[in-house]
Amino acid sequence: MTLKEIALKNLMRRKGKAMFVLAGLVIGVATVVAVISFVDATTRDINKKLEKYGANILIVPRTDNLTLTYGGLSLGGVSFEMQEIRQSDLAGIHSIKNAANVAAVGPMVLGTVQVGDKRVLLSGIDFKTAGTLKPWWKVKGKFPDEQGVLLGAEAARILSLNIGESLEIKNRSLKIDGILKPTGSQDDQLVFARLETVQALLNKEGTISMVEVAALCNACPIDEMVKQIAEVLPGAKVMAIQQVVKGRMETLSQLKKFSYGISAVVFLVGGLVVLVTLMGSVRERTQEIGIFRAIGFRKRHVMWIIFFEAGIVSAVAGILGYLLGIGGTHIGLRLFSEGPVPAIPMNMELAGGAFFMAIVMGLVSSAYPALMASRLDPSEALRSL
Amino acid sequence: MSYIIAENLFKKYGRAESVVTAISDISYQIDSGEFVAVMGESGSGKSTLLSIMGAMNAPTSGRYIVDDIDVYALSQEKQADFRREFLGFVFQSFHLVPYLSVLENVMLPLTTLKTSRKIKRSMAEQALASVGLSGKFHRLPNQISGGEKERVAVARAIVNEPPVLLADEPTGNLDTQTTREVMELLLGLNQEGMTIVMVTHSVTCAGYAQRILRLSDGRLVEGDRSMKKSIAPEVEQHFETRAA
Repeated sequence: MTLKEIALKNLMRRKGKAMFVLAGLVIGVATVVAVISFVDATTRDINKKLEKYGANILIVPRTDNLTLTYGGLSLGGVSFEMQEIRQSDLAGIHSIKNAANVAAVGPMVLGTVQVGDKRVLLSGIDFKTAGTLKPWWKVKGKFPDEQGVLLGAEAARILSLNIGESLEIKNRSLKIDGILKPTGSQDDQLVFARLETVQALLNKEGTISMVEVAALCNACPIDEMVKQIAEVLPGAKVMAIQQVVKGRMETLSQLKKFSYGISAVVFLVGGLVVLVTLMGSVRERTQEIGIFRAIGFRKRHVMWIIFFEAGIVSAVAGILGYLLGIGGTHIGLRLFSEGPVPAIPMNMELAGGAFFMAIVMGLVSSAYPALMASRLDPSEALRSL
Repeated sequence: MSYIIAENLFKKYGRAESVVTAISDISYQIDSGEFVAVMGESGSGKSTLLSIMGAMNAPTSGRYIVDDIDVYALSQEKQADFRREFLGFVFQSFHLVPYLSVLENVMLPLTTLKTSRKIKRSMAEQALASVGLSGKFHRLPNQISGGEKERVAVARAIVNEPPVLLADEPTGNLDTQTTREVMELLLGLNQEGMTIVMVTHSVTCAGYAQRILRLSDGRLVEGDRSMKKSIAPEVEQHFETRAA
């Protein structure tokens, strides 16, 4: 007969109580695992989507002037003199150290032109990269060919033009192949055409006004990529669109903090369930503990029995809780995800953490009942015999 | 010098005006190998005295010495060690652990000993054999009779060969035949040299003892060697009946 055997036999005898403690711990651990893995999977998915699509690096010609526009409002008064970027230099972007992280390079040439009695901003772009750089675009009609244009929603309204009609720019007739649905961005004001077409119209062959780059990066080493691109384009100013990155990270950070907060609350509630159940169990076992103490068990022997029982249940709860949590995450993602269900990678840190957390929760929650049991006055216990 | 010495033991419960004196100024001595019965009416302080003798209930004042050890001068953990090494308990309602087998119940006092499982098992089997329970090692307490439970309780009390056996109404729940068997068992242990202190209401059981400590209202009224009369009249009468 050993203390371990006493603990195991008691667990087997009080299966109902043990199951209740197990349930409290499993629910606690499973919830924490589910919340963390759900947030983790969602974060990875959002990161993947955000990093894969949409420009997050902007390349513009270097200038010594300050920009006098704010929120799309031009305040004017400053000469608009800046160098253009040579289109041939853009090849260098694909030779940087982190070239594998470059998802798309979108050159853009800009210039103002007269359409009828209105001045409009004409933008030449590579429509092949538009899907990556501007995934929010929804086009009524189609992307234009060499002789066509794509109108922003606001431009179409102001110019009173529709798909199939034509407009004349610098004596060249261009057919309207498509109209952008409102984006809420400056794109609504623009007239888009193919890069080569606009370069020809503006006499800017081989030059670029600005470049949008979509960087596909893990943990977003954007600043590093900015430096690398700046080295291959010394005449240009390379900027990370910090607000997008920071905003994204802040949102995820808040989501994580919230999930950890919920986890802490569930952890606490689970711990209280274990505490209350074990307290009841100790009270039920007053006589038994009295006998143990009367025949010479030290306080630590009694505590050891309680801790061992809690440890065994906690270990089982750690394993079951992890599996249940991961299962719950799968179900949650299926229910709440739009599109393909994000993968949940095997996370050994989370598995180990769940096991460790269950053990800690079980042992911490059983500390007071164990102490209470060990402090039972054997004469009081015998009096109840 | 006596093996067990109690000096001016007082035990009070409660505080201030609600204080209750359970035992008052009790002194006695018991030699090694003696068989002593403690008798008295309900509420006379027998159980309190036994719990003090069991190193489980510190007296409010006075000293309790066993084998030259001042028991209540020891730390609580040392008192637990003392109980394990010096005392065996037989409780009124057996108080076997219900989820442990007969053999495991008897092995309980050996749990914390640093001895091999084989030796512990052998000691438990030997103790069970000595109380005539060789064939029921693996039964649970609810699968044996009251008399057998008492025997298991006695086996558990003697398995670690303590010098002192404390018994609280050991036959309180047994029939006459089983009572006699258990008392013969205790007498046998006493004859082998074990000191036995037994609380009992039964005159018949007290008749097996060499001496009776009689309590009344928390005071020792008979039984200590310093007192003139050590055997209660009803016990004396019982002895005469047995002799006849």
